[in-house]
Amino acid sequence: MPFTAILSITHRATGVALAVGTVVLAYWLASAAYGPAAYGHAQAVLGSWLGKLALFGWTGALFYHLCNGIRHLFWDKGRGYGIAEADKSGRMVVGATAALTVLAWIIGL
Amino acid sequence: MVEFALPPNSRVQPGKVYKAAGAKNVKVFKIYRYDPDSNANPRLDSYEIDLDACGPMVLDALLKIKNEIDSTLTFRRSCREGICGSCAMNIDGTNTLACLKPIEDIKGDAAIYPLPHMPVVKDLIPDLTLPYAQLASIKPWMQTQTAPPPDGERLQSPEEREKLDGLWECILCFCCQTSCPSYWWNGDRYLGPSVLLQAARWILDSRDEMTGERLDDLEDPFKLYRCHTIMNCTKTCPKGLNPAKAIGAIKEKIMERRV
Repeated sequence: MPFTAILSITHRATGVALAVGTVVLAYWLASAAYGPAAYGHAQAVLGSWLGKLALFGWTGALFYHLCNGIRHLFWDKGRGYGIAEADKSGRMVVGATAALTVLAWIIGL
Repeated sequence: MVEFALPPNSRVQPGKVYKAAGAKNVKVFKIYRYDPDSNANPRLDSYEIDLDACGPMVLDALLKIKNEIDSTLTFRRSCREGICGSCAMNIDGTNTLACLKPIEDIKGDAAIYPLPHMPVVKDLIPDLTLPYAQLASIKPWMQTQTAPPPDGERLQSPEEREKLDGLWECILCFCCQTSCPSYWWNGDRYLGPSVLLQAARWILDSRDEMTGERLDDLEDPFKLYRCHTIMNCTKTCPKGLNPAKAIGAIKEKIMERRV
């Protein structure tokens, strides 16, 4: 598959993942409203290594979808349609996603 | 709707092998074969070609097979110089024109299939009824409401004419159309890169007077907006055109008239 096509299907996949992640976010907020016991349970689930791994994935998905969304905005302005330009902006999106994800976790932990 | 697997009667089986006796410079062509008259599944036949006795392009090899090895091999071709668009097919994993594809650019065996995701009429011939109907639906001719000047044709400035560069060169081979995953998934409702490039060619023509109606017709969640800028169309175009950019230009025109 061409690089640009991989980026495109990744945009779709991260969008789906983020939609699922919103449910988890709602669960976490709802648990906080429900009471200390429920919140403690939610914290334990999300704080487990599996929970953290999923959260790390969602962080990456969020930044990828955000950065690639900005790439789409440039296209909507009629810019960046050349093959070389589209490949370059794609590499920038991948780089920015990695950097922002790592940065968010360094700040968060 | 999306289907990930071929139906059982379309799955490709191993086929016959045709050896090239006594040849030194051999290249194997693995070619998709389907005969609608037999009830057999499609198969992949292997033809050994002596490159020392064959022209440089993939089309030369196909003609050599048809003339000298297996006259039942069926494919479209006409101009043999990249202007008619007949010999569009999937060569070495990429849609392109057999007449413009040098054999030496293919590493290893040369795999040749019909254009992807179209019904197959026979061997390398896809049924292009759908894209042709979609092309007709965008009215690919100049539409006017005013009378032409009495003393001549409708004129264009060089700048206005320049806007059609990169659009008029399209030969409608449908390499881009059939490379687009959005078209594979929603081909019944999404017009596809080739047809949308043609639409842009008339929308951007200063002499056409039905721009508004053309945009109205395309302002539809499926006809136009199934394009997600995947860019397969631009990567595969054997004429080096940019359908993704042309589609972007239509989206921009629709946006401009809203604000």
